[in-house]
Amino acid sequence: MPAPAHPFVSRSGGARRLEPVVFGISRAAAYLILVCGAAVFLDIVVKGGATVFQTRAPFVNVAFLSEAPESLYVFEWEGRQMRLGDREYRAFKQAHPAAAAVPAESYVYSSGGIFPCIVGTLLLVVGSMSIALFLGVCAAIYLNEYARDGRFIRCVRLAIINLAGVPSIVFGLFGFGMFVIFFGWNVSLLAGWFTLAFMVLPVVITASEEALKAVPIGFRVGSLALGATKWQTIWRNVLPYALPGILTSSILGIARVAGETAPIMFTAAYVVRDQLPWQVERAMDGLFEGVMALPYHIYVVSSKIPQNEFTERVQYGTAFVFLALVALIATTSIVLRNRLRARYKW
Amino acid sequence: MVNLPVRLGSPAVAAPAGVPPVAPSRPLVEIEDLDFSYGVTPALKDITLGIEPRKVTALIGPSGCGKSTLLRCLNRMNDLIEGARITAGSIRIHGVDINQRDVDVIELRKRVGMVFQKSNPFPKSIRENIAYGLRLQGLRDRARLDEIVERSLRGAALWEEVKDRLGESALGLSGGQQQRLCIARTIAVEPEIILMDEPCSALDPVATAKIEELIQELRARYSIVIVTHNMQQAARCSDQTAFFYLGRLVEHAPTRDIFTNPANPQTEAYVSGRFG
Ligand SMILES: Nc1ncnc2c1ncn2[C@@H]1O[C@H](COP(=O)(O)OP(=O)(O)O)[C@@H](O)[C@H]1O
Ligand SMILES: [Mg+2]
Repeated sequence: MPAPAHPFVSRSGGARRLEPVVFGISRAAAYLILVCGAAVFLDIVVKGGATVFQTRAPFVNVAFLSEAPESLYVFEWEGRQMRLGDREYRAFKQAHPAAAAVPAESYVYSSGGIFPCIVGTLLLVVGSMSIALFLGVCAAIYLNEYARDGRFIRCVRLAIINLAGVPSIVFGLFGFGMFVIFFGWNVSLLAGWFTLAFMVLPVVITASEEALKAVPIGFRVGSLALGATKWQTIWRNVLPYALPGILTSSILGIARVAGETAPIMFTAAYVVRDQLPWQVERAMDGLFEGVMALPYHIYVVSSKIPQNEFTERVQYGTAFVFLALVALIATTSIVLRNRLRARYKW
Repeated sequence: MVNLPVRLGSPAVAAPAGVPPVAPSRPLVEIEDLDFSYGVTPALKDITLGIEPRKVTALIGPSGCGKSTLLRCLNRMNDLIEGARITAGSIRIHGVDINQRDVDVIELRKRVGMVFQKSNPFPKSIRENIAYGLRLQGLRDRARLDEIVERSLRGAALWEEVKDRLGESALGLSGGQQQRLCIARTIAVEPEIILMDEPCSALDPVATAKIEELIQELRARYSIVIVTHNMQQAARCSDQTAFFYLGRLVEHAPTRDIFTNPANPQTEAYVSGRFG
């Protein structure tokens, strides 16, 4: 073998040939994700946008956002195809008694709007996140500030990690057995709150612990050395500085709580409910009644009713509103988080 | 719960400063035959030391010899460290054993303040840093708070530098100012003893000189125990010096004697810079 001209002469070898292959595969994977994400997003925005927006003022389909779902009635009348929602159809029959004799096709949930679902999802998110944050932050404070490391604490940590890996349908079953049956809350907002709260609790606890750990130890000893009790120290000098971090990670929990269908399927979601949660005799009754919810509504209109040209409008419209709502809640939380962070920066 | 006796001349009872609070024959803090360990590892052995009121006592010695440990014993900050405990002996302040079951550690820490090696201002405004300890005690009166904030900042020789920006974050202060802020925060709760753990180790010479000057002013009203690895600092600003080595107290004497005429050859070797 002739001696190379210089010590840096290029050589070929397995490791070198592999380099462009790995580069190519990893880049392709990244692009593929982008393409998939864009496809899903565009599909929903384009088709759903057609339901939610309109070309005439006020440009937003107010009825879709503010009314309850109705059945759609389609029939021939004086040579034209009529498409009327439930109430319109009844009014029409009153005005034209002859219409009662005309055969009409009915399509459930294909008319009207999704207002009760929006309300239900909002209530579920706010309630369950409040419960999860309260329980999660308390637990994290105990684990990080009070408990001394030992076998018991290791068991608790292990339990939390395992809880995080439990599939959401199992939480649904747990909630059904525990809250719906055993506590006798029936399928209700309250049962949904606690089921969803338990589902995100591991995330909230872990996030809160991380955030508490990130607060410098000097804040604690400095406070204790001034004669603060442990709780005074935590409340005044640790928790405020951990809060932005706690919220940051909990924002991910919001999307999960809003989006999961399985946990609320047997615990909180009604296929249809005529009254809104506050349209009850006594204020507390609302807690013990189920609600409609966006993800469950999507599930129902996509798989529980006959599919036809009229259902797509609701399916995509609901999906679009759902995405927009989650984005809105997340944005609100981020803004709140940023304000807290600006106030308690260190 | 045993309350530590209220000291004479405490600002809380508004007696003139400078009055000797305790009969000179009896030290304010009496450490007796103290053994201390972290888990099974002993850190202090057989320490007997008296700390005089309104004097500056310097604790010196090579690093790891237990100076910080002893300091933390005095306000029981060691309680926070898992497995850390006193295995023998006692510490008495005003004759009260501070590790007695019925001593309230909160009250103790109000009386025995601490300034840390790494200055730790809270990420609050300068005013709120000083007010922190007072708010803990439930003081809400704005005028009274402002008055104590000013008095404490003056006491820590910081008032002139920050009086126009009390509402600004304490984190904007320089390192030396931050450390003086921590001193101000400590004196705001009217302690009797101030513990300082290498308060100047992260500061430049100018900031160090300011703190040393401040210590000279503070000794009129407070008993100060300062840990330092800087021999000149001990020589310059302390009245008494205690030299520690490997967890034992080697020599405790007036500072001048330690530096000019040490009784123990180890002390002599250390202060002359031959080891440590
Ligand atoms: N939190 C702790 N846990 C266990 N050992 C410690 C702890 N703090 C200090 N020590 C040990 O105790 C001894 C004395 O430490 P320290 O009091 O910090 O010394 P100094 O302040 O004189 O440098 C050292 O050997 C150190 O390793
Ligand atoms: Mg030290």
